[in-house]
Amino acid sequence: MLSACGQAWNNPYPQSQAGKNIYYSAFGERPKHLDPARSYSSNEWSFLSQIYEPPLQYHFLKRPYELVPLMASKMPEVVFLDADMQPTDDPQQVAYTDYLINLQQGARYQPHPALATDAEGEARYNAKWPGLEDVHTLADFEHTGTREVTAEDYVYQVKRLASPELHSPIAGLMKEHIVGFEAFQKSVSQAYEKLKQKTGEKHPWLDLNGYQMEGVSALDRYNYRIRLEGLYPQFIYWLAMNFFSPMPWEAERFYHLPGLKENNITLDWFPIGSGPYMLTENNPNLRMILQKNPEFRGETYPVEGEESDKASGILDDAGRDLPFIDTAIYSLEKESIPRWNKFLQGFYDLSGIGSDSFDQAVQFGGSGEVQLTEEMRQQGIELQTSSATSIFYFGFNMKDPVVGGDSQRARLLRQAISIAVDYEEFISIFRNGRGVPAQGPLPPGIFGHREGSEGINKVVFREVDGRPVRRSIDEAKALLAQAGYENGIDPDTGSRLTLYYDSTATGPDDKALLNWYRKQFQKLGIELVIRASDYNRFQDKMAKGTAQLFTWGWNADYPDPENFLFLLYGPNSRVDHHGENAANYNNPEFDALFDRMKYLPSGEERQQIIDQMVEILHKDAPWVWGFIPVDYVLRHQWYHNTKPNLMANNTLKYRRIDTSLRDQKRVEWNPPILWPLLLIAVIFIVTLVPAIMLYRRHERSRAR
Amino acid sequence: MTAYIIRRILYAIPILIGVNLITFVLFFMVNSPDDMARMHLGVKRVTPESIEQWKVERDYDKPLVFNVEEDGSDRFTQTIFYQKSLALFAFDFGSSDSGRDISYDISQRMWPSLAIALPVLIVGLLTNISFALLLVFFRATYVDFMGVVLCVIMMSISALFYIIGGQFLVGKVLHLVPVSGFGEGIAAWKFLVLPVLIGVIGGIGGGTRFYRTLFLEEAHRDYVRSARAKGLSEIKVLFGHILKNAMIPILTGVVVALPLLFMGSLITESFFGIPGLGSYTIDAINSQDFAIVRAMVFLGSVLYILGLVLTDISYTLVDPRVKLN
Repeated sequence: MLSACGQAWNNPYPQSQAGKNIYYSAFGERPKHLDPARSYSSNEWSFLSQIYEPPLQYHFLKRPYELVPLMASKMPEVVFLDADMQPTDDPQQVAYTDYLINLQQGARYQPHPALATDAEGEARYNAKWPGLEDVHTLADFEHTGTREVTAEDYVYQVKRLASPELHSPIAGLMKEHIVGFEAFQKSVSQAYEKLKQKTGEKHPWLDLNGYQMEGVSALDRYNYRIRLEGLYPQFIYWLAMNFFSPMPWEAERFYHLPGLKENNITLDWFPIGSGPYMLTENNPNLRMILQKNPEFRGETYPVEGEESDKASGILDDAGRDLPFIDTAIYSLEKESIPRWNKFLQGFYDLSGIGSDSFDQAVQFGGSGEVQLTEEMRQQGIELQTSSATSIFYFGFNMKDPVVGGDSQRARLLRQAISIAVDYEEFISIFRNGRGVPAQGPLPPGIFGHREGSEGINKVVFREVDGRPVRRSIDEAKALLAQAGYENGIDPDTGSRLTLYYDSTATGPDDKALLNWYRKQFQKLGIELVIRASDYNRFQDKMAKGTAQLFTWGWNADYPDPENFLFLLYGPNSRVDHHGENAANYNNPEFDALFDRMKYLPSGEERQQIIDQMVEILHKDAPWVWGFIPVDYVLRHQWYHNTKPNLMANNTLKYRRIDTSLRDQKRVEWNPPILWPLLLIAVIFIVTLVPAIMLYRRHERSRAR
Repeated sequence: MTAYIIRRILYAIPILIGVNLITFVLFFMVNSPDDMARMHLGVKRVTPESIEQWKVERDYDKPLVFNVEEDGSDRFTQTIFYQKSLALFAFDFGSSDSGRDISYDISQRMWPSLAIALPVLIVGLLTNISFALLLVFFRATYVDFMGVVLCVIMMSISALFYIIGGQFLVGKVLHLVPVSGFGEGIAAWKFLVLPVLIGVIGGIGGGTRFYRTLFLEEAHRDYVRSARAKGLSEIKVLFGHILKNAMIPILTGVVVALPLLFMGSLITESFFGIPGLGSYTIDAINSQDFAIVRAMVFLGSVLYILGLVLTDISYTLVDPRVKLN
């Protein structure tokens, strides 16, 4: 019956979706937060960024990554002020920085019950509305409304970042930069406490409009200003993140209506945005559905890109109205095997490559180049690879008396270990070749990263034909001997030097990995003891500085070297300042250079300072530099405009699908095979006959 | 019987308190409130202040079981254990640590679990009993021997193998049903066929052997010999006498499992993308959501006790000699 309708039997989607302009994808972990003030993980932003619109975004095609206006009508005007609030160009005199943002006019929110009004213009849904306790989803509300996005909404959202009720992960950071942020936090905290006592509610609604944050104000309907303390040039990148999206105050009032929270209807679960899509179904135990926002203000496909973009065809849609896709359906797939199988059957448009399906999808050519297997090529699947703006490293705790500190002995020990831990081998064994050994803390694509000869870490690698070749283990042993550990013998104890590696990799599958680490240290005669810790204990050890060796990673917030180099900035150390400097590295010379680099625009001067910083790091070796992951993504032939953009999350609007080709391929690839069922039926009948005969014989036989 | 049931319910209270206490101790031996806060607040840019605030808001800033700073009964009541446990006995599961209403989530997720577990139980029961009776009919023959060997092989194979093999063969190679997924209402049938089939096949080995043992024990009793001597057909002997008298142990296994059907299956639901309760507890353990863990353990205990009471009651229904006093 199903095949008669032109649909494969194993198609998991209803017949009514055939031919529709729908994007199909999967998610493995349900999002924890969908409130733009709280959400800070990529799996959540893959939804949120289609819904909310901060002032800026990353250009879809241009590289290096470039910020362009999204809801702003133009790039923000940045004004530097001295202590007397007078404009100044002298960086030394800058006491405040103003970001003046002008918004596009006419942008409207998605239809939402929070914005529904009655004939008098009052909120239609209020505490007296009957039947609120019977509402289980936003679709249960009959009426919706919309209104224009204004500057006040952006101001309101910045206030929300400071709200003690929301625990925004960037509140601590913004407190250091936005004028009046901390004072606002305190006054609002007090107000919340009073309100809680007055109402007896645990989470009452406090209208933040009644409280002013000194540094953030709406200048008129379409203009607002954010005032920062001193200089913080990286703030511009934060304006491209969901944290700074508009939030209508009516939404907070609406979600605090009695009964809604009890039925799990919260702003953290049902977003309200002005972007190209709106979340129409949020059942993260099954699926999440984004649909085109009928109120979307409109945007067009970029007309510029890199040189190669025209030839690749990704500019074919230049100037066309966005978004192309009407609906995006994300299904819950916790396991990689069914997800992979459904991709191969054409039921998902895009897929990553898991380690268990890597060999089926990818092979390496004679000269080591990556290519798809014949099976993939026959299906018309295409492979896209891109270096991630992330780094995974092996860290030394610089507060440790053996491997840490500024002594020459410890430095040489760290350098020797940096040579011995062979990350080229690691990438080959444990990552199926998906990565490149890091030469320093900056991944490719981030300003300051040096390619080729200039970028080689001379402490760990030698340059051969312009390419890095890891120094020999003899050189590492020589460094170790200089450090006083001849053949790995600790002169204090007379036995082999023993180091301790704290790892959260404790499962049976991790045994090979841990053995590999032991083997790397054995090359130097050092004994590595693995201290398996669960995640909680590991975090505790890192916070207290009791771990000696550890592995860690960082994924860029924004494409600026500051966002990587701050991981080694002294005042940011984990133990002393609860910061992200997990190695607790503290070098005054490096810190001074960081302070200069942070405020400079990307240019020659900044590059030179970064070069000096990286050279210091190479010498001090607070990390074994680890590797930069390379992402492999497979896409079907019907899925277009998929240039990897590791900074932008709002890319669904650019995607385009050839639905007729997809429907045709799905049917072609999934014909039902019935003969095994017939065979089973025949075998059953064949075995049934002698059984019946046996039974009848048994019944006719005489009792013995 | 009423007095018996009331007595059993009263017995359940100390059991539930004990279960709750053990869950509490085990959970907080592994996780501290700080760990829970860190897990919920994320990895990046979490400050000690926000951790403290998270704990205060959820009452995790109190001591675990004894509050030395309070006086009198407050020493016990102003603790995490008391504050988090008391409401459970009124079946008020409250909110998860991430803020969602647990009762609502359970009410939504138990139906998909039931949609798989119930057919698996019924079809599996019928299949296993039929196969067991077949083996008993052919007892001490090569059919019986081969059947037992097959059962041992089938029960030795991991459930994961059945699932992955079933998905590969039926979903990927034969293209007969979706590899995974779920739908609402009647549209769910095509997603249920494969997990139910795998659930039934996976249970045949153990189930058939168990029932065969029960039936063989009955098959040698005097009343069976009398029935045969009366000239009854083997079918009538098997279904009318042996099966009927083996009902008590069958019921013990089935009725006790009935309430727990709601709780779902972790592996099956995870591989087939079924939005049931099976993965709810595991997800909560992974995300260190104590509120969900204690609610689910409590619910599991209550349902298990309920199952045992139902089993006792069912004895009186199938065997008039049993009286609940």
